[in-house]
Amino acid sequence: MSVYVNKDTKVIVQGITGSTALFHTKQMLEYGTKIVGGTSPGKGGQEVEGVPVFNTVEEAVKETGANASVIYVPAPFAADAILEAVDAELDLVICITEHIPVLDMVKVKRAMEGSKTRLVGPNCPGVITPDESKIGIMPGYIHKKGHIGVVSRSGTLTYEAVHQLSTEGYGQSTAVGIGGDPVNGTDFIDVLQAFNEDPDTEAVVMIGEIGGTAEEEAAEWIKANMTKPVVGFIGGATAPPGKRMGHAGAIISGGKGTADEKKRIMKESGIAVAETPADIGETMIKVLEEKGLAEKCKTVK
Amino acid sequence: MNIHEYQAKEIFRAYNVAVPNSKVAFSVDEAVEAAKELTTDVKVVKAQIHAGGRGKAGGVKIAKNMDEVKQYAEEILGKTLVTHQTGPEGKEVKRLLIEEGCDIKNEYYLGVVLDRATSSVVMMGSEEGGTEIEEVAAETPEKIFKEVVDPVVGLSPYQARRLAFNMNIPKEYVGKAVKFMMSLYKVFVEKDCSIAEINPLVTTGDGEVIALDAKLNFDDNALFRQKDIQELRDLDEEDEKEIEASKYDLSYVALDGNIGCMVNGAGLAMSTMDIIKHYGGEPANFLDVGGGATTEKVTEAFKIILSDQNVKGIFVNIFGGIMKCDVIAEGVVEATKQVGLEMPLVVRLEGTNVDQGKKILDESGLNITSAESMADGANKIVSLVK
Repeated sequence: MSVYVNKDTKVIVQGITGSTALFHTKQMLEYGTKIVGGTSPGKGGQEVEGVPVFNTVEEAVKETGANASVIYVPAPFAADAILEAVDAELDLVICITEHIPVLDMVKVKRAMEGSKTRLVGPNCPGVITPDESKIGIMPGYIHKKGHIGVVSRSGTLTYEAVHQLSTEGYGQSTAVGIGGDPVNGTDFIDVLQAFNEDPDTEAVVMIGEIGGTAEEEAAEWIKANMTKPVVGFIGGATAPPGKRMGHAGAIISGGKGTADEKKRIMKESGIAVAETPADIGETMIKVLEEKGLAEKCKTVK
Repeated sequence: MNIHEYQAKEIFRAYNVAVPNSKVAFSVDEAVEAAKELTTDVKVVKAQIHAGGRGKAGGVKIAKNMDEVKQYAEEILGKTLVTHQTGPEGKEVKRLLIEEGCDIKNEYYLGVVLDRATSSVVMMGSEEGGTEIEEVAAETPEKIFKEVVDPVVGLSPYQARRLAFNMNIPKEYVGKAVKFMMSLYKVFVEKDCSIAEINPLVTTGDGEVIALDAKLNFDDNALFRQKDIQELRDLDEEDEKEIEASKYDLSYVALDGNIGCMVNGAGLAMSTMDIIKHYGGEPANFLDVGGGATTEKVTEAFKIILSDQNVKGIFVNIFGGIMKCDVIAEGVVEATKQVGLEMPLVVRLEGTNVDQGKKILDESGLNITSAESMADGANKIVSLVK
């Protein structure tokens, strides 16, 4: 078992003929992801990396039976690409694209109400279930199969956490990057809930950052519902207020969204908070040992 | 992106959002000329900088006659204003807004923001105008009223009406307040704003509802479709290194420390600052080279870090995903070739194409300290800089 993606997930790549998409299509295929097709308007009928290209998502789904898509379309057209995927009734849409105007995402979010599609992202690294399916841009080799779920607002911090876990021998069930934008499809609570229900996940790493209140809300949810141990980290403790730290969502404004406040609420909710990004792995190991889960979770011998 | 109050008011005029008559002035003479065109006896002389709290810092003056306009313009132009938003070094005033005074009956707060919790645009208002809205939120949150806007239908008149009544705007002004709100919402969505804030919004003795102040921020990600807004950018209000970085789509924020950081990914870049501080060092900057960086971009990023006189050492922390380690390595080598490197450089590479990246650095002959992990790298650069 795993969360959101597994070896049977059939994926189409939207915007497959762009250079970034091509590079990562190749990487995903090498990893073993079932990439069954791609789209690029006007380039239908071509083939790239042995994958058939279609003009529309609807056609790609009809011809390949895909149930998921990953989007590499440039920002000005990415919201439209998400809507096209939703219209084709895919189960899962992962949007890698960064810099999408936020008002575009407000409309997308509204348009998706009541649809069956789950959107992950935008501005995210994607979702990976080790040894089964890698959908996105994360480096595959750092991930090992196991029982730790990882959910994060930051792509590279996810890699950092996964790398530490794998190096210590603790594999992952699934790693989900929810993205650093203020309006996104899947939030912390969605993923935490999925990990809580996943029999293969024994513990969860949740990586947040300054700005907004998503971590606080997730902590409240964890306190009330989570049956599995959670380790947390918040990036940006030293960020000055009022300055946007790269991610559109990472800004402390009006005294809200500080790292200290987030950490405080997370600790109150029973989350073991790593003090530095280099301690995420160690903090998890300590928690697993305390809960008697260490042996079970040590999947890399 | 931020703009000045006078620019925001020009946009408001174009959208029929009521504002007082006013004119921008870049010199004392222009200020006097501008004042002559205004019809009221009382004129307001307002410093134009990208920061709030100007009034308390002496940047807003009420002139009762033309002599006072001249006097205040001389006083404020060229003055460095220090407010709670400028930092201790303050900001020099280079532009003034000369505005008609008005007969204020009541002051209100009105703002439009993106609300993350509902993934919607929210208009909020309060009868506690003129004061910091953060203070109102902390002390009397029951006095802030919100209307969540459905993006499909936009702000509805009933919502604007409800908000106006909740703000205790007298009923004879409600019609004008509704019109004001509807127009303001239109500005927000059509111009891709991230914040629109009117503090204070006032009712006047002659029955008007107008914006005395105006603050507009724009979504940087939408500027590609807002060409007219792009032209309003005032480079005097920005850090030189941040301007240089923005030319290459690099996300850079200048800080006070002496360890330059080059990182990929905003989360990792923030955490790199955190861990440097944890080991007793001080980061000189936040720099996210982003996902699709080319060798040229990396080279420029490196040069920007080196242009900061305070920098005594550099930490490159890369975990390649969409970013490839070999591209970073090439950029580092290229930059040091162009501008030289006479300070410690610690490089930590991991992720996509890591082996190629390490090979390029090894063969470059550069004096590079390599690090096995983020903690190792932070530790090394902090001790090398000390």
